[in-house]
Amino acid sequence: MHIVVCIKQVPDSAQIRVHPVTNTIMRQGVPTIINPYDLFAIEEALRLRDAHGGSVTLVSMGPPNAEDTLRKALAFGADRAVLLTDRYFAGSDTLATSFALASAIAKIGATYGAPDIVFTGKQTIDGDTAQVGPGIAKRLGLLQLTYVSRIASVDPEARLIEVERRAEGGIQQLRTQLPCLVTMLEGSNTIRRGTMADALKAARAQVVIWTAAEAGIEELTKCGLRGSPTVVKRVFAPGSRAEKARMIDPGTSARDTADALLDAIFAAQGALEADVAAAQASL
Amino acid sequence: MTETSQPNAPKPAAAGGSRAAMKKELPERFKSYKHVWVFIEIERGQVHPVSFELLGEGRKLADKLGAELAGVVLGAPGGVETAVAECFAYGADLAYVIADSILANYRNEPFARGLTNLVDTYKPEILLLGATNLGRDLAGSVATTLLTGLTADCTELDVDADASLAATRPTFGGSLLCTIYTLNYRPQMATVRPRVMAMPERQERPIGRVITHSLGLVEDDIVTKILGFLPDRDATKANLAYADIVVAGGLGLGAVENFQLVKGLARALGGDYGCSRPVVQKGWLPAERQIGQTGKTIRPKLYIAAGISGAIQHRVGVEGADLIVAINTDRNAPIFDFAHIGIVADAVRLLPALTEGVTRRFSPHTRDRLAG
Ligand SMILES: Cc1cc2nc3c(=O)[nH]c(=O)nc-3n(C[C@H](O)[C@H](O)[C@H](O)COP(=O)(O)OP(=O)(O)OC[C@H]3O[C@@H](n4cnc5c(N)ncnc54)[C@H](O)[C@@H]3O)c2cc1C
Ligand SMILES: Cc1cc2nc3c(=O)[nH]c(=O)nc-3n(C[C@H](O)[C@H](O)[C@H](O)COP(=O)(O)OP(=O)(O)OC[C@H]3O[C@@H](n4cnc5c(N)ncnc54)[C@H](O)[C@@H]3O)c2cc1C
Repeated sequence: MHIVVCIKQVPDSAQIRVHPVTNTIMRQGVPTIINPYDLFAIEEALRLRDAHGGSVTLVSMGPPNAEDTLRKALAFGADRAVLLTDRYFAGSDTLATSFALASAIAKIGATYGAPDIVFTGKQTIDGDTAQVGPGIAKRLGLLQLTYVSRIASVDPEARLIEVERRAEGGIQQLRTQLPCLVTMLEGSNTIRRGTMADALKAARAQVVIWTAAEAGIEELTKCGLRGSPTVVKRVFAPGSRAEKARMIDPGTSARDTADALLDAIFAAQGALEADVAAAQASL
Repeated sequence: MTETSQPNAPKPAAAGGSRAAMKKELPERFKSYKHVWVFIEIERGQVHPVSFELLGEGRKLADKLGAELAGVVLGAPGGVETAVAECFAYGADLAYVIADSILANYRNEPFARGLTNLVDTYKPEILLLGATNLGRDLAGSVATTLLTGLTADCTELDVDADASLAATRPTFGGSLLCTIYTLNYRPQMATVRPRVMAMPERQERPIGRVITHSLGLVEDDIVTKILGFLPDRDATKANLAYADIVVAGGLGLGAVENFQLVKGLARALGGDYGCSRPVVQKGWLPAERQIGQTGKTIRPKLYIAAGISGAIQHRVGVEGADLIVAINTDRNAPIFDFAHIGIVADAVRLLPALTEGVTRRFSPHTRDRLAG
């Protein structure tokens, strides 16, 4: 089997700080990481390869330094990595991103064999739209299985896959044909620790780097800002409410303070009193 | 959005250029696109409440545009009728319906095909969907097929002077919001998460105009088969998103034990409890308790936030609350910018005092004693 996994390099949100006065992002020196949701996709791909044979190809669209992120991901044991990087991709929204990635996956298919499964994460932690997976599937004409919590079985000969998919109020059990695109739900597995051999291999590995042209993209108008129907117009800080919060003066004891606060709450929302009384009665 | 160095992040386009400069005249083929549509999500016979919330929001947009509001219902014959009636009860002027047994349960292929065909045939200018698993699965496919813009997880929708849809959503990392437009393509698509918009008043109204359309597929055309459905065991349990009273704790509580205090007050008030994201990241509470942009959106009558600073990603999840009460040791914490009632205090001490205070106030036991 040939399995392709899409991974995105994102800023490490845990390390992002907002300037308290100017309200802008203090981005300097913020390290980048593999989008955490994509780790579940990588692990699932490696498991399928280990069970059925074949290879796993990682692909990312991003700035040149995303090569490091791909190399880190290779250390989990993937077989090769492709970085799609070009100034023509700057400003891509999800439609343009899925166009570029779908084009690259088509080229990967032509170079290394047609993929049986393309994996993406559920969503990213920065753009956070969950739109790129469905976009790639549609552009490549792949069947799409989103929010997959478990891959129950894959039969490469019969070209069948059975999965469990998270839906409202329960789990949908689905069967479809390969090739398909799967977006993996978080918590569906635990990423392995790569072996020492994999780490050494990754350190020496050659990440394949493609420009738009090298990925076989001719229609540059479908890339980047020009290929993006959405336009970000205004970026602004949320306003304060017109009315300032009514500040309650702390009392001399925690008990007085609590009573003053409860008085204020029930003065503002008197209708709640009956509900709370009922709740207390049923305790 | 300030990530101009990142190739794959959108930037405020056209440096120095106004939106008028970015907006070419709307291509001729899109000029006939009119009216506002809401996709009505049905899961096993039930309309998802987010669809009603969107009808409420869609009504406002349609009125501003002088356009009509339509509910779009795809489902099995016998399953769509109640959903259609509900569309009118929640303010739709008309409904588009595809009734076909193939649509009895959600699958991407027939739903994407059906909705795309409706758009191509009847040409709406705005199409709204819930940002649920179903809605996101469907919206991503349909927008890609139509090659139009799709704005995810909006917290505010409005119509500009030039009649375009202004879709606002939080931006990554900072306490900032951004407004996104789909200027030169139609329909303008957006998803909105459950509970972000208010539930409109339901009003019994007669069923109005219903336009039926056929799917044009047979079961054999569809590759993906549904093998079964495993309902969640606690599916009937009340859900944090719909609780009337919510108490939440943040990193300011300092330790996992202190979440007992949050749960204690929630229980005393007959409410539910939640937390900010770092609390989940620390493993103090499970992910389903997270409130905010990447957690649950709540609209309770009373929200008490203890030791939560009030970052934008948290704020967007609670702003719909009728009464927001903030307890924080830092009088400059941003949460006081949008709370209605604030108190500068140590939550670890105040929370148990509040629980006690509630008990003193309401417990029948104490009341009897006071009366006697
Ligand atoms: C704050 C913010 C808001 C945005 N809002 C919108 C919006 O509403 N609509 C819109 O169209 N665009 C939006 N964008 C642009 C969007 O983030 C980019 O187009 C981005 O390249 C992909 O979208 P995503 O990060 O949301 O990915 P998602 O769709 O959330 O990603 C899902 C999966 O796709 C794969 N994937 C995504 N990007 C890449 C990549 N570059 N390389 C490899 N694999 C990838 C990963 O496996 C990932 O887990 C926004 C960006 C930001 C920063
Ligand atoms: C893409 C993205 C998505 C996100 N999604 C979410 C989300 O869905 N939900 C969410 O909540 N966050 C989200 N965040 C994180 C968000 O930006 C903030 O980091 C987070 O909300 C802060 O959590 P906090 O208020 O608990 O902690 P902090 O910001 O550390 O605040 C702690 C507060 O407690 C106060 N405090 C300290 N001690 C006490 C005490 N004894 N008594 C009372 N007060 C005390 C402090 O003054 C401070 O104000 C997201 C971030 C990103 C980048």
